[in-house]
Amino acid sequence: MLVALCAREERAFVALVDAYGAGMRRFALTFVRTPAVADEVVQEAWLAVLSGVDRFEGRSSVKTWLFRIVSNIAKTRAVREARTVPFSALETDHEEPAVPADRFFGPDGKYPGGWIEFPQSWSERPEVKLEAAETRAVIASAIETLPPAQRLVISLRDVEGWPAGEVCNVLDVSETNQRVLLHRARSKVRAALQRYFVGEGS
Amino acid sequence: MSVELTCQELVELVTAYLEEGLSARDRDRFERHLSYCPGCVTYVEQIRETVRLTGEQAREETLAPEARTELLAAFRTWKHAAL
Repeated sequence: MLVALCAREERAFVALVDAYGAGMRRFALTFVRTPAVADEVVQEAWLAVLSGVDRFEGRSSVKTWLFRIVSNIAKTRAVREARTVPFSALETDHEEPAVPADRFFGPDGKYPGGWIEFPQSWSERPEVKLEAAETRAVIASAIETLPPAQRLVISLRDVEGWPAGEVCNVLDVSETNQRVLLHRARSKVRAALQRYFVGEGS
Repeated sequence: MSVELTCQELVELVTAYLEEGLSARDRDRFERHLSYCPGCVTYVEQIRETVRLTGEQAREETLAPEARTELLAAFRTWKHAAL
């Protein structure tokens, strides 16, 4: 496809846009968060793709190459606008437990490190909370409030369904780091669902 | 026989477990804990359910027609500039 693009074939360009365009826009939105800026980022990214296609060496997959371009441009924009926390550090921050420590027995408790009370199952939730649209809204707002790196990783892995390796390549993070970010993100989204479904602290 | 996992430790290993990133020894400890701890079984189920529900988030599957048209115009400009 890229060979055809190098040959300036319009159908090759259209095929790329249709295959990745919408995904690139959603990806840009995880960085900059306003649709107008995301559109500009994506537009700029496609221009960069056209400028760079003759020099693309196929060392990564086309998809990885495209999304890295978007990520570079989006990061620059996000920093310039001070709209989001700089992404320079896709580092993991301080330790945050998946479940608050006070949900478990302390070292001198009856069962050290064991649940004081088991988490309440979601299958017993009121029927009204089976509404898919509201559940989606709860998840969306939980993702929205995550630190940027966690938000990005959970969006790519669990919303977009990318495999771990692709996320590592595009974001340039180690496998371990990717997993820690995903873990923190999923734990918090689960906690938000728990509060919504059964109204309990953990 | 290795030391048993506590519930508090298990909840921190769930993602590694689901990603098949645990060593054989830790996976065994993890699964052994689940075999007798209903609280952790519930927790792991909830994480799986969280992943499933997160996968149902709405996604814009197509570009706006105007955006697509603009890109095509950019392509044509690029093509002619390069000729």
